[in-house]
Amino acid sequence: MYVLVAGGGEVGFHLAKALIEAAHEVMVIESDRRRAQWIEEQLGSVVLNAPADEGRYQIEAGCQRADAVLAVTGDDAKNLVICQLARHNCPGGRVIARVNDPKNEIVFKALGIDETVSSTRVLMNVLEQELPTSGFLPLMPLTGSHLEIIEAEISPGTPAVGRSVRSLKLPEGSLVGGIVRSGKVVPAVGEAVLEVGDRVIVFAPTVAEADVRKVLAG
Amino acid sequence: MKVVISGCGRVGGFLAGLLDSEGHEVTIVDLDKGAFMHLPDGFGGTTHLGNGVDLDVLRQVGVDRADAFLALTQGDNRNLMAAQIAKEIFRVQRVVAKVNDPIRAQIYRDKGIITFSRTTILGLLVHAMLMDETEIGEKLLGRMLEVERGLAGRDAKPRRVPAEARR
Repeated sequence: MYVLVAGGGEVGFHLAKALIEAAHEVMVIESDRRRAQWIEEQLGSVVLNAPADEGRYQIEAGCQRADAVLAVTGDDAKNLVICQLARHNCPGGRVIARVNDPKNEIVFKALGIDETVSSTRVLMNVLEQELPTSGFLPLMPLTGSHLEIIEAEISPGTPAVGRSVRSLKLPEGSLVGGIVRSGKVVPAVGEAVLEVGDRVIVFAPTVAEADVRKVLAG
Repeated sequence: MKVVISGCGRVGGFLAGLLDSEGHEVTIVDLDKGAFMHLPDGFGGTTHLGNGVDLDVLRQVGVDRADAFLALTQGDNRNLMAAQIAKEIFRVQRVVAKVNDPIRAQIYRDKGIITFSRTTILGLLVHAMLMDETEIGEKLLGRMLEVERGLAGRDAKPRRVPAEARR
């Protein structure tokens, strides 16, 4: 694969290094001259010292034949523009953005950039999976979609207790896949009423996770 | 007209003052408190301290009810992101972004955002004056002299602008 890495900060550098070790072809675009020089000393001539948010440098870096453009600077607005320009200049490859503020995942999607990675969200998910008390666990994302699987334990005093599956006001595009009750799977038909201690498995759009949490965990 | 402006630099501050004096409802957002020094004395609009590309901040200042959104910070990318949020998410009718890189200005103009580049506007104006192409600049220059006379009369005493607000 040929991958353009826009932004040679810590994320960009280590990403480029890992890609090279995995035998991929890489070009890092970094605007800071000294940083670009340093990366070149570490990784060889795989650096273009130029601003990645200007289309002509994306073209100079060969984005027309790139399989993927990864915008990984620390600035969300810059990553958005890098991705949109890459779409415009190099329509062939995948375009993936790093977002720092997790709510920008929704913003990027609305503005046509579907593939985003939020380190903030990843860390939150790791933490939440390790804190059994929370009762709300995003289990895993489903690849090739913008969906994830969530497990939510129905705790006493939460809004979902005693409600039927049908009457839950889950966000659009989500579905209750099943209910685990005393170690057995109960089909999540519309009439099924949720009880304290039920573990509910939900398929939901990643961006709607907060809304699912509100409905099931309060 | 309800207008929300992101970025209270020289241009943002000037325009906020102008629109306010014409009786429009103006809200101006900037990350830096010192930047509001660019507003004229007696500015009657609202100032809001916050990040103009932040969805929550934009919602708080009522972009969803605005007739126009103007992105006038120093950062082309921030302006383009804020302008697109205003247009695509909050459905603001008129969205203007200051984009100093003329190539980026062109690309986003095709996406329906009114962009203008200081580089080309100022460059072409000075060129027109130099070449005596009066019809290009006359109207604008006439308006400029009128507004600047007004500013000088209103704001005769020198004002201190804190160092962090000078950009």
